[in-house]
Amino acid sequence: MTHPQQAGAPPGAPTMPPATPAGAPASRRTAFAEGADRLRAAATTEPGRLRVIGAVLAVLVVAFGAVTAWQMSDRSHAADDVLHSSQPLSAGAADIYRSLADANTAASSGFLAGGQEPVATTRRYERDIETAAAGLVTAAAGAESGSPAADTIARLNKLLPRYKGLVERARANNRQGFPVGGAYLRAANEVMQRQMLPAAQDLYTKENQRLRSDYADATPYPWFAIVLGVLALAALGWVQRRHFLRTNRVLNQGLVAATAACAIALMWLVVGHSVARAGLNSSYDHGVRSLNVLHDARIASLNARGNENLTLVSRGAETRKLANGRVLDAYDYAYAQDMKALSAHLAEAGSLADDQAGDRPVAAAAGSMKVWQQRHDQARAADDDGNYQAALNKVVGSKADQPTGECFDSVDANLAKALDHEESRFEQAAGDGRDAMSGLPLGSAVLALLAAAGAVLGIGRRLSEYR
Amino acid sequence: MIGRRLRASLRGWGGVGAMVFACALALVFALSLPLARAGRDGSPGIGGQGLAEATQAKADDCGGHPERRSPPPSGDESGPKVREIKKRGYLSVGVDQNSYRWGYRDPNTRGSDLEGFDIDLAREIARRIIGDPNAVRFHAIPTNQRIPAIRSGQVDMVVRTMTITCDRLDEVAFSDPYFVTGQQVLAPKASGITGYDKSLAGKRICSAEGSTANTRLTEDKKSGRLPTSADISTTVPNQLDCLVELQLGEVDAVVTDGALAASQAAQDPTVELKGKPFTTEYYGVAMNKGAEDLVRRVNQVLVDYLGSGWQASYTKWLSATLGPDSASSRPPAS
Repeated sequence: MTHPQQAGAPPGAPTMPPATPAGAPASRRTAFAEGADRLRAAATTEPGRLRVIGAVLAVLVVAFGAVTAWQMSDRSHAADDVLHSSQPLSAGAADIYRSLADANTAASSGFLAGGQEPVATTRRYERDIETAAAGLVTAAAGAESGSPAADTIARLNKLLPRYKGLVERARANNRQGFPVGGAYLRAANEVMQRQMLPAAQDLYTKENQRLRSDYADATPYPWFAIVLGVLALAALGWVQRRHFLRTNRVLNQGLVAATAACAIALMWLVVGHSVARAGLNSSYDHGVRSLNVLHDARIASLNARGNENLTLVSRGAETRKLANGRVLDAYDYAYAQDMKALSAHLAEAGSLADDQAGDRPVAAAAGSMKVWQQRHDQARAADDDGNYQAALNKVVGSKADQPTGECFDSVDANLAKALDHEESRFEQAAGDGRDAMSGLPLGSAVLALLAAAGAVLGIGRRLSEYR
Repeated sequence: MIGRRLRASLRGWGGVGAMVFACALALVFALSLPLARAGRDGSPGIGGQGLAEATQAKADDCGGHPERRSPPPSGDESGPKVREIKKRGYLSVGVDQNSYRWGYRDPNTRGSDLEGFDIDLAREIARRIIGDPNAVRFHAIPTNQRIPAIRSGQVDMVVRTMTITCDRLDEVAFSDPYFVTGQQVLAPKASGITGYDKSLAGKRICSAEGSTANTRLTEDKKSGRLPTSADISTTVPNQLDCLVELQLGEVDAVVTDGALAASQAAQDPTVELKGKPFTTEYYGVAMNKGAEDLVRRVNQVLVDYLGSGWQASYTKWLSATLGPDSASSRPPAS
């Protein structure tokens, strides 16, 4: 407790008294010019010089500590946001996206099963809608009002009941055996595919941008603090060399302590941040990127499944003309596009997965996708051959029919497993990264204060020799 | 002596010359008359029927009655196509699976088999040719794939509410007509719309993309037959989507074939057909142009079917919405 008082006094107090008699009666001069004069006057004597040196050292070391604490608390804060705010929000947006696509797929599967929908599909559909609605509330809480993300959430909130209304109308008509039920389902699908999924994807992209910007805030080197730390160390070294040359004394305890504290703070800063940076970068490369690709793959597989169902619901109701003049069923065409996307995403996910536990489910999903494609071709062939019931069985039939639904379920389950794995890897790496710099702001501040105290004490000891 | 003979011969030739001259004059006059008429109204000028028939002939270069151009019926089964079908053991038919009461799947029946008026006819053709009404493979084909499916040989025939038109006759062969219909207006019972008339002023009308209805609406709005304030901008990929738009209140009326409009009305007790059909169209069974033996065989089936089973099928599927006594309620006179 007494040290700081002692430390604060020598640089300030001795210079003050001579200033008042010299400055006050004289003509008006600026404070800066006065201060410069005083400094010049003080620098002519050794004690004066020592006082200036002590003051500069203390300021440098304290500045180093303050800047380190400031820059590192910024970074540590951003790392914390990555872990606890932006990544969960991004995962939440992906969840909204997925449950919407899943609801659409479940709606069409239930529809295909006939007027009396299977309970399991209905439950799945309802659970998806609930997940999406709850996810929207969470996302809204995390979004600033008036921001583009908030607009997107509001739009999705408006579209969700509209979509659900169309699906209910489709069901009611299907129950009565009216083909207009199929038209309603296509209308609902249109709302989902054209408006809701793009909006959900937009939200997902925005949350990912926020995540990226948090990463960008957490990972750059704190150059300002590092430069100040090097400067402080250099100044301490120079002062000690000066003492040695003038007094032939090797060690000044205060200055040595200050140097040690500074060096430790600087080392901690550089090493701690490097470790944190490595952890965060790895959480991005191995976690976030894999997560994004896997999410995309899952959405593609959901859309492929939905379109496969709709091909049977509305065979021939809508067509699409290709550039080469070929006319295809609109939903069969969309299915083919989705499968292409799924295949590409799975290949990318496979190349991003860097351990067995991550690779295995992705490879399994890719295998199921191939079988799915084969069975789909059989279903299409049956349908084109006029055997609708066989085609229907091949898509939503029981296990004995070897339906494509089985393959889709396997793709979905494996992707969920891979997502789980990457999620935990992300949390671990990002958590390690954040922990590596968690003590840094406080630690560097304490060390800098200690160093400043040491420097001032060391200089004070020399000064006392002149009294 | 010589002069007198010359004068006499001149007099003789003069009579002939005068006659020739008169004939020539008459000929020129006769020729110039139709030319003048042709120049005036742009019609070919043959006969005096006038504008109406002239434009009719231009629109469908097959004499204004495409439904009368099918070859005569014949029960002969020795033709190559009929033999091929009998040997194969089943008939391959392109149908619709979204037209209620015409060709659709009831999700509540086991196996959700196709059923409807068109399906009855297809089964009847199979029964007469192969001897088994179930010897049919149905292919659900999109509206715009009906002609390609026939031409590529994917199906033997299309029985899918297909109107006989001159343009289509260039690409496929049609049987004799099996149904009479016409474009008609469908609207909510409570609405003030009375038919294809002034009551459509300021109303939003839905039609299917590229359909006859859409073409007629566009033409009639230009010509003034349809009030210019009518909004015909809503078009949908499939006629059934119009019912969705109507039920959602996005449009006030639907224009489509009376037969399909009836199929929509059958799915919603709050809407009905308004007014009389404002065109006359005939549905026919479409087949490959090269299979004349099949066309004639199908025409023979139709001769029998229109006389017996037709009415029962009509009563079962269509009577409730099209009425027991409308232009459509009787088989077309062949």
